[in-house]
Amino acid sequence: MDVFIQVVYFVAAILFILGLKKMSSPVTATGGIVWAGIGMVAASLVAFFEPGVFEHTGNVVLIVLAIAVGSTIAYVTAKRVQMTDMPQMIAIYNGMGGGAAAAIAAVELVKMADSTGATSGHELSATAQVLAVIGALIGAVSFSGSAIAFAKLQGIMKKTIRLPMHMAINLILFALTLVAGAIIGFSGDVSIQLVLLFFIMALVFGVLFTTPIGGADMPVVISLFNAFTGLAVAFEGFVLGNAAMIIAGTVVGSAGTLLTQLMAKAMNRPIGNILFASFGSDGAAAEEDIEGSMKEIQGTDAAIMMAFAEKVIIVPGYGMAVAQAQHKVSELTKLLETRGVTVKFAIHPVAGRMPGHMNVLLAEAGIDYDKILDLDEVNPEFPTADVALVIGANDVVNPVARSNPDSPIYGMPILDADKARNCIVIKRGKGSGFSGIENHLFYADNTRMLYGDGQKAVAELISGIKEL
Amino acid sequence: MIEISGFTALYIFMLSAFTGYEVISRVPVILHTPMMSGSNFIHGIVLVGAIVVMGSAQSALEQIIGFIAVALAAGNAVGGYVATVRMLEMFNPKDKKGEA
Repeated sequence: MDVFIQVVYFVAAILFILGLKKMSSPVTATGGIVWAGIGMVAASLVAFFEPGVFEHTGNVVLIVLAIAVGSTIAYVTAKRVQMTDMPQMIAIYNGMGGGAAAAIAAVELVKMADSTGATSGHELSATAQVLAVIGALIGAVSFSGSAIAFAKLQGIMKKTIRLPMHMAINLILFALTLVAGAIIGFSGDVSIQLVLLFFIMALVFGVLFTTPIGGADMPVVISLFNAFTGLAVAFEGFVLGNAAMIIAGTVVGSAGTLLTQLMAKAMNRPIGNILFASFGSDGAAAEEDIEGSMKEIQGTDAAIMMAFAEKVIIVPGYGMAVAQAQHKVSELTKLLETRGVTVKFAIHPVAGRMPGHMNVLLAEAGIDYDKILDLDEVNPEFPTADVALVIGANDVVNPVARSNPDSPIYGMPILDADKARNCIVIKRGKGSGFSGIENHLFYADNTRMLYGDGQKAVAELISGIKEL
Repeated sequence: MIEISGFTALYIFMLSAFTGYEVISRVPVILHTPMMSGSNFIHGIVLVGAIVVMGSAQSALEQIIGFIAVALAAGNAVGGYVATVRMLEMFNPKDKKGEA
């Protein structure tokens, strides 16, 4: 039986890697997740036949019950949630994984505490003991941090909370957590109270670590926590002597780290800067004079501009996601195309709340992905575009990133929407973007502001074009 | 359970890390979010560990924490799977019109 279990784990590990590989191309992606899913089901089923599991029937009943509870909640929420809210759902599912890894470590440590002094104790090797603690720390931080990321993106927690001396408090708390962890990890004598204190500190640290980070940076943070959870799972896999967990966890850990770097690179900010310096506070200080004023335009006028254009480039941002405007945008695209207008989409790598967020939404609305261009592909096209239509994007089209070295977003690659002959910006109000920086594009001579909710504004454009 | 000694684990760790790096380095930007969701699903393998730990739980406290571990891990796996499938469905040309 033991050999059979190991073979299944081995196959599952292969399926995970192949699945991830297949997911890296749009053509085979759907197959990839199915392969990984098969591996997951198989591995979970054989886990029941691990030695010791069937010894206590009561535990088996509880396991089945727990699986039923956890998966039902996750299934229902994942099925119901709007595509626009997916980023925070990924955050919460990721947090659950981190929590599970931490809880596994907790059980191991509690077992150890229970057996201290007893004759036939539960023994972990020294390495396993240390790794269990590290995994517990990372998992717990990922759990509470992801919960905060979820709350922020879901709008439950709107403010960026910074305590006085926030950095110092974080550092001290982290140091204390490490000390507690070291005592647990290196000594054979573990008390339940200390384990409890360790977990509470780790959880609080996860919260304090995440609260000062602004909403715009959340994708990077979620990706980082995703990598964290992977690592935590790998460490607990070592503790349990489970190679499948080590492999899957490590693959996710390194893939997640790379993804985090790619995202941070797209924002042209070192990861350290994102995590340890809050964006808003720099931005507010750097107030400067802006030439020109915001010029409003009516939907009907904007519609005429677009209908008689040769080429329109649409720049979607988070505002489009919030307003659920992607279907209207798709309708607008088709309408313009029947009039012979070339329509393209310009996607900034960090538009929305996650890389690829906009692509997912546009794909949902039925827009072909060959019309959707990356930053590098689309920037040379802006000067030949008659209209750049910016829908709910802000910082990613802010020209100060090119011009003003003092700006916090200086150096970030942006979409050159300002180089189009005309620029129409659909925006809910006059406020600034997530970074809190004024957008010079909005004041440019060739920019017109169309105020309103993304969906309604695009609907206005559609009816305007239809009336022509 | 098999015995995995420290160095064997280190080798597994190293090779897996390179694998993860290689796999993701060729992903087009449009798939970054589904990919993050997919890798999020894959660390749902923590469910296996949760089952094993819960199965050998003895005291009530261990059972409670074990229960939480299994429930959370199952949530990670199932939520991650459904979310990824939903996202990837959109790249599937056949049901592009799908759910509106």
